[in-house]
Amino acid sequence: MANALEPSRSTAKDGALSLRGVRKVYDPHGTSVVAVDDWTLEIAAGEFVVVVGPSGCGKTTLLNGIAGFDPITDGEIALDGATVASASRSLRPGADRVVVFQNGSLFPWKTVLDNVAYGPIVQRRMSRAQALQAARSFLTRVGLGDIADAYPRKLSSGVQRRVEMVRALINDPKVLLLDEPFRALDAIARGIMHEELLKLYDATQKTVFFITHDLDEAIFLADRVVVSTCRPARVKHVLPIDLPRPRTYLMMASPEFMALKRQIADAVHEEAEKAFRLGEPELA
Amino acid sequence: MNAEAIESAIGRGTSDAPARPPLARLTNVHALRGLAGVAGFLALWELGVLVHVPILAKVPTPVDVAGAGWGLLHDPRYYVDWLISFRRVFIGFVLAQLIGIPLGLFMGWKAAFRSLTFPVMEVLRPIPPLAWVPLSILFWPTPESSIVFVLFLGAFFTVLINTVAGVRAIDERYIRAAISLGATPATVFRRIILPGALPSIGTGMAIGIGITWEVLVAAEIIAGRNGLGYLTWEAYVAGAIPTIIVGMISIGIAGYLSSVLIRAMVGRAMPWNRRP
Repeated sequence: MANALEPSRSTAKDGALSLRGVRKVYDPHGTSVVAVDDWTLEIAAGEFVVVVGPSGCGKTTLLNGIAGFDPITDGEIALDGATVASASRSLRPGADRVVVFQNGSLFPWKTVLDNVAYGPIVQRRMSRAQALQAARSFLTRVGLGDIADAYPRKLSSGVQRRVEMVRALINDPKVLLLDEPFRALDAIARGIMHEELLKLYDATQKTVFFITHDLDEAIFLADRVVVSTCRPARVKHVLPIDLPRPRTYLMMASPEFMALKRQIADAVHEEAEKAFRLGEPELA
Repeated sequence: MNAEAIESAIGRGTSDAPARPPLARLTNVHALRGLAGVAGFLALWELGVLVHVPILAKVPTPVDVAGAGWGLLHDPRYYVDWLISFRRVFIGFVLAQLIGIPLGLFMGWKAAFRSLTFPVMEVLRPIPPLAWVPLSILFWPTPESSIVFVLFLGAFFTVLINTVAGVRAIDERYIRAAISLGATPATVFRRIILPGALPSIGTGMAIGIGITWEVLVAAEIIAGRNGLGYLTWEAYVAGAIPTIIVGMISIGIAGYLSSVLIRAMVGRAMPWNRRP
């Protein structure tokens, strides 16, 4: 659609995500592992929620449950009141809950433009020509018009990530699921990506469910930071972030930022130590 | 070394770069070095025969071979042999791709189908194509079809195995990303599995065409009445040693031309793989 950056089609009320008592048990080698247990959180439409916790502690499992990649064992996940996953049913993954992955998943065999147009084309929401036109205008609007015809491998990882965000957002999702999307970037590129992501967020007002192990990243981006415990994952602490938007990198050095960090640093550190002692490989 | 030279050396074309005139290509340091290598090889050969190196006792000199080659160039049957061999290789190779690639894609994609078919394929695969010749002659109505069948086998298993491996090597995250963007399983197959496996399919084709030429010669010797392989064999029977070598070199050149062609096609099909 031509105006993906304006919250027109999906009204501001779209995208309320509710997680109630979500539980996920893996049974890999006869011994069951509880990856997620009684994970409960109500996320308002348009809210930016960041879940922070050590790697390998069930955050990705939770995200896969929301996305529909992996059925949940118990509890319920609902989007705007409609169940997308429960013990008995699991909706197919779809572009209403689009995912941006850890390691980058732009299709290397498609140009930037074809990557961005992919969603609308495979969903048959628009004709190929329309989709390409919408993709080009979206890219141009976010300053990526020049690289529309390049193949992903010729771009820096930072630019690849921006393209990936655009590829997700052009589908007008109800909620954007981000699984440590900047993990592979260096600290400087990551800082820039945070601002780029917030620009896109401010412009689209989508609900964002963001996973990370980086506390600074969490506070800088979020409306609310959720500390998740380790194995099983449970909500340990919820911290509202009242830093004004639009946010700039200088805020990360502000006393307010430090004060927020101090409030949850202990909780995160405790879980990190627990994860370290567990020393288990990451769950899928 | 400049980037273009590297690309031409590894067989990747840059179609978006303006084509250089042929003369400029000749001044390319790699091409010159290649020509020097050929000249050096011929000189060593000539010298080896002249100083009577033991294993070269019955080998004619390059000059003799060139003479025989010159004679063949004026014989229309020589060109017919080229055409016939190329046609056999083409038919066998294309059939192998038409069957091997879809089968390999499906085997790579569906675990159940893979476990069903893999054991059979794994037992048939190590059988050398030439071991199929006797059975092939019995089964197929004409010598021509039995030759093509053996050539088909030569390329078939190579492309099959490479296609399966290519599909299985596709990163799960591309598939998940596609599904997340709303793709159906059929769309994932067409738009993710197929292009994702293409590099590996290309490798299988490049190896497969080489095997096809290797098999061709023997198949023509056993079952053929014409073609470059038969030309070589006929020369042996007639005791025309220079002609044997012309036949061998012809096969070498034909195989080389085929791989250049295949690599160019494969490169063209995968523009994203071009070096920046």
